[in-house]
Amino acid sequence: MDKERIDQIIDKHHSDPSSLIQILLDIQAEHHWLPKEALEQISERLQVPMTRVQHIATFYKAFSLVPKGRHQIHICMGTACHVRGASRVLDTVEGLTGIKPGETDLDLKFSLETVNCLGCCALGPVLEIDGKTHGKMAPVQTADVLKNYD
Amino acid sequence: MARINSPAELEAFRSNLISGRDPNKTCITLCSGSACHASGSREVAASIEEEIRKQGLEGEVELRRTGCHGFCERGPIIVIRPDDICYFQIKPEDVPEIISETIRQKKIIERLLYTDPITNEKIIQESEIPFYKNQGRLVFGSNVQIDPKSIDDYLALGGYSGLSKALSQMSPEGVLEEVRTSNLRGRGGGGFPTGRKWAESRNAPGDMKYVIVNADEGDPGAYMDRSLLEGNPHSVLEGLIIGAYAIGSTQGYIYVRQEYPLAVQNVNIAIRQAEEYGFLGKNILGSGFDFTIDVHQGAGAFVCGESSALMTALEGKAGEPRPKYIHTAVKGVWDRPSVLNNVETWANVPLIINKGADWFTQYGTEKSKGTKIFSLVGKIANTGLVEVPMGVTLRDIIFKIGGGILGGKKFKAVQTGGPSGGCLPEELLDLEVGFDELSKAGSMMGSGGMIIMDEDTCMVDVARYFLNFLTDESCGKCVPCREGIRQMLKTLTNITQGKGKEGDIELLEQLAEVAGEAALCALGKSAPNPFLSTLKYFRDEYEAHIREKRCPALSCKELISFYIDPTRCQACMTCLRKCPSEAIIGAKRQIHVVDQDKCTKCGTCFEVCPSRFAAVKKISGEPVPPPIPEEARTIVRKSKEK
Amino acid sequence: MSEILLKIDGKEVKAREGMTVLEAAQRAGISIPTLCHHEKLEPYGACRLCIVEIDMRGWKKLVVSCLYPVAQDLVVTTKSEKINRIRKMIVELLLAHAPDAFDLQDLAREYGADRDRFEKESSFCIHCGLCVRYCAEVKKKHAVGFVNRGANREISFIPEVASKECWNCKECFPLCPTEALQAAYVLTEALMSHTRQ
Repeated sequence: MDKERIDQIIDKHHSDPSSLIQILLDIQAEHHWLPKEALEQISERLQVPMTRVQHIATFYKAFSLVPKGRHQIHICMGTACHVRGASRVLDTVEGLTGIKPGETDLDLKFSLETVNCLGCCALGPVLEIDGKTHGKMAPVQTADVLKNYD
Repeated sequence: MARINSPAELEAFRSNLISGRDPNKTCITLCSGSACHASGSREVAASIEEEIRKQGLEGEVELRRTGCHGFCERGPIIVIRPDDICYFQIKPEDVPEIISETIRQKKIIERLLYTDPITNEKIIQESEIPFYKNQGRLVFGSNVQIDPKSIDDYLALGGYSGLSKALSQMSPEGVLEEVRTSNLRGRGGGGFPTGRKWAESRNAPGDMKYVIVNADEGDPGAYMDRSLLEGNPHSVLEGLIIGAYAIGSTQGYIYVRQEYPLAVQNVNIAIRQAEEYGFLGKNILGSGFDFTIDVHQGAGAFVCGESSALMTALEGKAGEPRPKYIHTAVKGVWDRPSVLNNVETWANVPLIINKGADWFTQYGTEKSKGTKIFSLVGKIANTGLVEVPMGVTLRDIIFKIGGGILGGKKFKAVQTGGPSGGCLPEELLDLEVGFDELSKAGSMMGSGGMIIMDEDTCMVDVARYFLNFLTDESCGKCVPCREGIRQMLKTLTNITQGKGKEGDIELLEQLAEVAGEAALCALGKSAPNPFLSTLKYFRDEYEAHIREKRCPALSCKELISFYIDPTRCQACMTCLRKCPSEAIIGAKRQIHVVDQDKCTKCGTCFEVCPSRFAAVKKISGEPVPPPIPEEARTIVRKSKEK
Repeated sequence: MSEILLKIDGKEVKAREGMTVLEAAQRAGISIPTLCHHEKLEPYGACRLCIVEIDMRGWKKLVVSCLYPVAQDLVVTTKSEKINRIRKMIVELLLAHAPDAFDLQDLAREYGADRDRFEKESSFCIHCGLCVRYCAEVKKKHAVGFVNRGANREISFIPEVASKECWNCKECFPLCPTEALQAAYVLTEALMSHTRQ
């Protein structure tokens, strides 16, 4: 991500240190991860210590400090999905992709995350890939869904 | 659009708006909340628009994309007004027929109607469906009539008349008094009296005060705040502006999870519209009162739902809670007086101001007034959002509105209050829901999540689930929470894996005491509740896991086994083909056997085995019967050999 | 500054407005155990060891004394069966990380804490935050900070800052009740020299 674009985002938020999280969210949304250089640039422009930027970037779940795969898998671990068997869906995805939540595979194909609740409880257990919701998942259907991505 | 400068101008604008709308015009309202989007309502909307055009009905038929209707189980939902014909689970391919039959010829399409599962009767009108009939929708009701991106829709229903009344006819003290008399209590967690919080802030020294909407709804399994903010954002804004006027605040914040993109979008549109119309900004409705609102997106941390952590996050820091020996109402954001209420609380305010505290207090129980929106989810037939007056029993919510347990299973427990709440058993189904009633039973109201659990849900695993959630979501600052709940999780995990030992329950109880008494914030203090409540009502399940290495619900993976009953297996190959781990040995006419070493206990075989055979068995706490010897596996079908 | 009278463990104590219960107790020679407290730093309230019971006109509750402000007629109890039980557990929880830390061993003796109550996971850091806060509040250098959250929370040096600021300061080293800080610094130093090569 180029320096000018980051500066634009910082300017949009009036270089206000209290907008630090909002700035990081904007960069994350555009770039899908937060490179170290971007964090340093923000720290300098906002006059906020790097320790604080680093704490925020690792504290909130929305941020990633490493590049993400082409397809983002979100498995809902909300209570409704949990009681309907979400952990079996997770086991299946882990088995098929070889990665655990928070990880990205070596081919940068999939990134796997668990999320707290997607609020689609009627469809639980729910699996979301690149924003598309797949409902009422069981291990077999999960495997079928994953086959459609490369 | 010209700015509205006085209450009189607002009323003139409103009557003009209403007279320009034909109440008899056909209007298709389509639920377009996040949950219905997931079930395909966008595609349905596109085909409705296309079909209206194709069938030459432009100008005669209007499509209105509304917020969540609440009956998520049956989404996408459309209601055709003015006849109030309600269709469920619409697919794009149903649309041409809907337009040509129902819209053009007023013919009902039977298959799209709601069928009562008990009487098998088809129901046409929304208001007659038990799911809706047994609710009392004061706050959530307008959702089904409003396009959330249209301020005019809100105004046509009387929107912003509460604000207009407050600014022109009431003093800030008068507004505060009305809210205090209404006994409105916070809908986001502990049920703190809203009026008292407001008064504390109003009386606190300082010129700059803040009002904040907590839309960081993080309870897994609760989404009523999202649906309100998505579906009726102006009701929340109106409440916030009224509150700001009462407290003496000129700056408001809406803290909303970035995981709710539609809510973020709709609330931003609503703020822009309210600014344009003059309900926000300088000299609102000519009253001399100024107020602005900024939206702050939460970046994903459950702990930020806690008021002081949310305020720390608003300042642009990691959301660690602060001690509240001095209330945030006095010392909040940037150490200034700050009133934080959740979405639903704010949405109640315009109603109270419009209709009066006396009207509000006729609903609910002595100590819990008004209604509450619950998100009824889990093993329930009718998943959805329900709004009922406080004091309705759990049984009525679950069985009358919720339609009972999914798949005819047996009810085991209802979990309320999210990770800070607890599980209530069948004996307590007649409990009337209210803040104090739920707390007394060992749970809490929380934001209104209500997760239904059936006989297949293991209560030890539920406790483990919540502690796992909290271990990850704890900010990690104080020892009782960071270390204490981590150790609780380890112990609970051991129990569910069959590694539990005598003394574990006592250790958990001691850790629960330390977290409950000594943690810094409400997250840590309430973290032991899921454990304590399940222990209180389901101790036998804990003991079965620890002493017999048995999971009574047949749910804990390490404690269960699958095997195929050789007397029932018809060698149909279904389980063998579907098993993702190739753990089933067999062939045509060869009785199947589960290879216990390969089995990952995913349960697929158990689910796919045809119910007329029911050959796959799930067992716990007993040894797996030895596999049938190979030479005895061939099935000889006598009838066919004749 | 108005003078406030309160009672700690039965003893009349004078304090100034704005003081914490812990400060008032220390001035009166009453000892309350602490791990994350430091007189030069803002009160933090993380270790919760300084928990005490207060009684305000019959209304009793447990609070941490390093944060709770003194008030007229407040009655404070610094030791009770329950308080000691909580402190014992806190020490035991921390001993799982830093079993050989002297401060923790002293506390363990005082409260009868079992060093082996929990399985050892020697990550050494007990998250008292003394290093982080000292570097930020006193030195204003921000060379070391927290990362992550919950059970994964750690301290971490910013190598670029540390390489400039730390070599002739190291004032935070003696504040650390365990060896975690030095270990983290040595690791950072190694990383710095590694990247330089």
